[in-house]
Amino acid sequence: MTERITKSMAKNIYYGGGMFALLIFLGLTFDTVKQIPKRSNQSAMTASVVAGKALWEKNNCVGCHTILGEGAYYAPELGNVFKRRGASDESAFKSYMLAWMASQPLAVPNRRKMPQFNLTETEVNSLSDFLIWTSKVDTNEWPPTIEG
Amino acid sequence: MKYTSQMVAKPYFIFALILLAGEILFGLLMAVQYLFGDFLFPLIPFNVLRMVHTNLLIVLILFGFMGATYYLIPEETERELWSPKLAIITFWVFAAAGVATILGYLFVPYAQLTELTFNNLLPTMGREFLEQPLPTKVGIVLVVVSYIFNTGMTVLKGRRTVITTVLLTGLLFLAVFFLIAFYVPENLVLDKFLWWFTVHLWVEATWELILGAILAFVLIKVTGVDREHIDKWLYLIIAMTMISGILGTGHHFFYIGAPEYWLWIGSIASAVEPLPFFLMVLFAFSMAKDRKIQHDNEMALTWAKGTAVMAFLGAGVWGFMHTLAPVNYFTHGTQLTAAHGHLSFYGAYIMIIFTIISYAMPILRGRPHGNCKKAQQRELKAFWMMNIGMLGLTLSLTTAGIMQILDLRMGTELIGFMESQASIAGVYMVRAGFGLLVFLGLMTYFTSFFIAEPSSKEANA
Repeated sequence: MTERITKSMAKNIYYGGGMFALLIFLGLTFDTVKQIPKRSNQSAMTASVVAGKALWEKNNCVGCHTILGEGAYYAPELGNVFKRRGASDESAFKSYMLAWMASQPLAVPNRRKMPQFNLTETEVNSLSDFLIWTSKVDTNEWPPTIEG
Repeated sequence: MKYTSQMVAKPYFIFALILLAGEILFGLLMAVQYLFGDFLFPLIPFNVLRMVHTNLLIVLILFGFMGATYYLIPEETERELWSPKLAIITFWVFAAAGVATILGYLFVPYAQLTELTFNNLLPTMGREFLEQPLPTKVGIVLVVVSYIFNTGMTVLKGRRTVITTVLLTGLLFLAVFFLIAFYVPENLVLDKFLWWFTVHLWVEATWELILGAILAFVLIKVTGVDREHIDKWLYLIIAMTMISGILGTGHHFFYIGAPEYWLWIGSIASAVEPLPFFLMVLFAFSMAKDRKIQHDNEMALTWAKGTAVMAFLGAGVWGFMHTLAPVNYFTHGTQLTAAHGHLSFYGAYIMIIFTIISYAMPILRGRPHGNCKKAQQRELKAFWMMNIGMLGLTLSLTTAGIMQILDLRMGTELIGFMESQASIAGVYMVRAGFGLLVFLGLMTYFTSFFIAEPSSKEANA
């Protein structure tokens, strides 16, 4: 099959095809960036949610957990942890989080360990707010089950 | 060696291999901590092990690309490198920054590291693979700019070939896409969306250009096939790479909050993504079949063919396995992703670095016909140990991924994440075993460097 293709044809497919793909990609990117505020419920992104995301990054949480399926696979998915551990009840989830973060690392021999991050109560609440906000993103119905 | 400035490639190759040993070692430590949570805890928590493992991988690949470039650019442009001195300075700056960053990860708690490195001024840390402190990120930019400048000046003044053009295009876009890593939006969804512009467009677009250029160079050298013919193949491969790879970014946008149309665009484009890798297999094997010369360095050709096959399996087959949106709905964020990640990075990028090192290192060491038979036999043994190890590791992770999906997402009686992980422990044990085989393979490979050449009298006998 390749005998019929000349070098200049191949070159044109590369430049033409590459450019074509790039243009479509850029077009869709602009549209996606426009749609994200609505799909992610950006109006509900309070200062506490933003602070929670910064804490998420500062403590490299994604080094063990996944969030919306991305990250490491050492520890549970947290995109829907509000629904799983808080039964979608904000105050129940926040008190659960305070107790949970305070009790790390759990004294169970050879269970995978989560470090103690020594966060303040305000910080844990911000983290909770961030996870609550994340659980409401329109993810095309992912994950399939509550277990994440 | 035709040009003395090619010699600057040597420290890059050696350092890339040392980092590879470290990368695999940290992978093994992770594999053990996966099974025994108390292992190394709280001395080195999992996230730190993983950061070292993945960051070493990225840095070693960049070292490998730089070494490859400095080796092949003088031969391709038919002139000395624009500034060998700059290349050596860049080497030391990059090596020092890399080592300092790894030590920072290991000895400073991450939250403290963010404070010490001005992350509050411009937050960029704490995102997967882009965990580097701000000074390191700035350092990477400077190193890459110096690398592109040096390469670009050499190309401008010398002979231009398809290989140099493709390589330089890959390098330029590599730099452009890294700049996006400096912008971290407050909105997690936008953050994730843009993060892929660096991560996906590196590994599934720009790096593939560099890979294609290096592979084409080595094939020209060891098969003696006409350059026109090789150029045509290279164009065809990278054309398919760009067409499928750019829109294929969409396969990451299925379930992170991006619009529904990506389910279609991502699925269709990435269904084509195995094609460039399949062409690469045809390319390597048909060039080997039509070879005009019988190069004494047989291992270089073996690695080249191996790269094509393993990249096809890792990136092509294992990628396709979970790239269609309805399948990805169940596989997203499981060990299946890890399986694909391991085999594709190894098959495409680690193996192309072995290919160029296997071809260039003997020449840089004054052995134009390659290493002696005995050293090549040892290298072949290492080749199989590492390939079998990586395949075994990938199959184990694939099994783990399937079990995880059945436990958490598909079975009739669902169990929680931690319980499911405990039920997969046996498979993780097998994974660790194959990981050890990879490490032993690398050590075997290292020993092949120290096999003495027979004296010229023996060689003539």
